Amino acid sequence: MKRLNISRFYQGMNLTAFSLVMVFLYIPILILIIFSFNNAKIITGWRGFTLKYYFQLFENDTIKEAFRNTMVIAGLSTFISTVLGVLTALGMENKKFSGRKLMSALIYVPLVIPDILMGVSLALLFNFTRVNTGMFTVLIAHITFCISYTVIVIQSRLEGFNYSLVEAAMDLGARPAYIFWKIKFPLMLPGIIAAALLAFTLSIDDFIITFFTSGRGFDTLPIYVEGTIRRGTITTINSLSTLMIGFTLFLVVITKRLRKILISTI
Amino acid sequence: MEEIRIENLTKDFDGFLAVDDVSLSINSGELFSFLGPSGCGKTTLLRMIAGFEIPAKGKILIGNTDITDLPPYKRQVNTIFQNYSLFPHMTVFDNVAFGLRIRKTPKLQIIERVKEMLSLVKMEDQANKYPDQISGGQKQRIAIVRALINQPKVLLLDEPLAALDLKLRQHMLIELMNIHDAVGITFIYVTHDQGEAMSISDRVAVMNHGKIVQSGPPDDIYERPASIFSAYFIGETNLITGEVIGIEENYVQLKCPDGAGNSLELDSTFNFPPYLGQELTLSLRPEKIAISRSKPRYQDDINVLKGTIEDILYLGSHTQYIVRVGALKFRVFSQHKRVYFDDKALDWDEPVWLFWHDTDSWLINQIPENVLSFNELADGGVNHYQRSSKRPYQA
Repeated sequence: MKRLNISRFYQGMNLTAFSLVMVFLYIPILILIIFSFNNAKIITGWRGFTLKYYFQLFENDTIKEAFRNTMVIAGLSTFISTVLGVLTALGMENKKFSGRKLMSALIYVPLVIPDILMGVSLALLFNFTRVNTGMFTVLIAHITFCISYTVIVIQSRLEGFNYSLVEAAMDLGARPAYIFWKIKFPLMLPGIIAAALLAFTLSIDDFIITFFTSGRGFDTLPIYVEGTIRRGTITTINSLSTLMIGFTLFLVVITKRLRKILISTI
Repeated sequence: MEEIRIENLTKDFDGFLAVDDVSLSINSGELFSFLGPSGCGKTTLLRMIAGFEIPAKGKILIGNTDITDLPPYKRQVNTIFQNYSLFPHMTVFDNVAFGLRIRKTPKLQIIERVKEMLSLVKMEDQANKYPDQISGGQKQRIAIVRALINQPKVLLLDEPLAALDLKLRQHMLIELMNIHDAVGITFIYVTHDQGEAMSISDRVAVMNHGKIVQSGPPDDIYERPASIFSAYFIGETNLITGEVIGIEENYVQLKCPDGAGNSLELDSTFNFPPYLGQELTLSLRPEKIAISRSKPRYQDDINVLKGTIEDILYLGSHTQYIVRVGALKFRVFSQHKRVYFDDKALDWDEPVWLFWHDTDSWLINQIPENVLSFNELADGGVNHYQRSSKRPYQA
């Protein structure tokens, strides 16, 4: 009688599950990439290879402007929310600060609030205060939702921080400012980079909150993509998306390299 | 020459007195240890000298300078932390150079000094490694030279060997002594390990409940404990309470109830003025007692007791016998020296003679606060041991 090899069975199961997950995750992206080179206006089937939609992309001024807007918003909101995140996380380290618990609860809330709620409430706020919607309001909105993420990421890095290193540095003659820049900041840096990267990616692909706070005339890429799809032209969107995927992958690789270099030099 | 003086130093944490009115002075170049159980205040005391804790009362002086209120970075004191606290993002070289760089020392001089320091601990070839690439013992060495490169007047060591394994600990202990001899500065060593404290210190201060119970050279503390705590905490001991019935020039005669209706008459040395009828405690180290099947021939200045072996524990370098005399239990250590042995090894339930010289026991001017704790002390955890099925030393 042949016995069933249990561990081989489970191994097979695991492999199947893993492959299915991979298939469902990456097949759509793969299709998108393939069809960005398809010489057809609508997705009907393969009509031959072309790069013309990529060229169209670079000739389209609306896209170029949307791209510029996205980058400016992402860059500024990443920078501001990371700096604020570092300061907040350091401030919340102080155990004597009485509002600490309330503050950390308040920081967690935006993570669980539905985007639409946040978008609507920000739109109401801007309407109520009669601030003209546009780049400024989008920037404020992006900083608002990014800051929760940056604080939490940096805070988690600080939690594992060995305070006796600060004591050791002080013992060796270092003053507080020197300790911050030579010991604390370098050890926080991986957390800061991770926070910035997260904020950046959150900002470039946000649609809902941007939609409610941008008003007419200020489009970011996600807003533009949505508008274009609504009008029915999908071809340039495919090539745009492919470029965005490439860009994100590039970003991930760069930050990994950057982290290594930064940690070893400081 | 006096290096450090501590005056009436007190520190409390939310009402809990961690260090309670401690005064002492430590000599220049001395290796001084604070020894005590965890929570006795020894680390708090050290942290106050380093500047990490602010005393509630009292003064700390180095030389003639009052450093009580100086921040850590302005004190000529450096600390070795229990977990080494090397900077993980810096190489061994940069860790050691840290103190010099703060002082803006010229580059060439830094390189020279760091090399010199690394060669002191034989780690010149590890300069470019990161702390997580070297072993525990090596980390400890780097922590030591990182502190010494600043040429402190005093080096504070907070349980520096606690994280190392036994063999390495013994090795590092010798290395620490060598470093102390080489640099010649004052070392203040904090530990809960009596073996460490006894073996490397010039003087030891035994601490309990935030106070210094006794301080002095290690042999003084071991041979002439001033309190029940120091007798019991350092090494092992038998404690017997009794009443003074005779006072001679060199010894006191003590009548000790054995708990079974009889009383034992024991002679012992002392260093305080006793009076007749005074209740005292006698401390008798287990290794000072001889154990034999036959009665000793000469009995001048010798205390002799007859008892029964209740338990035998073979411990490698020696055997521990638990001998019952009346209701008292004596712990006796006997080394395996065949010349001292009877022909046949001692066995369970065998009647034996215990004897020791008057000068080998010591009187403590104190009786245990309550009977219960005294019984626990006197038993010394004996009752926790299991009777071993193995025969002890086979003659």
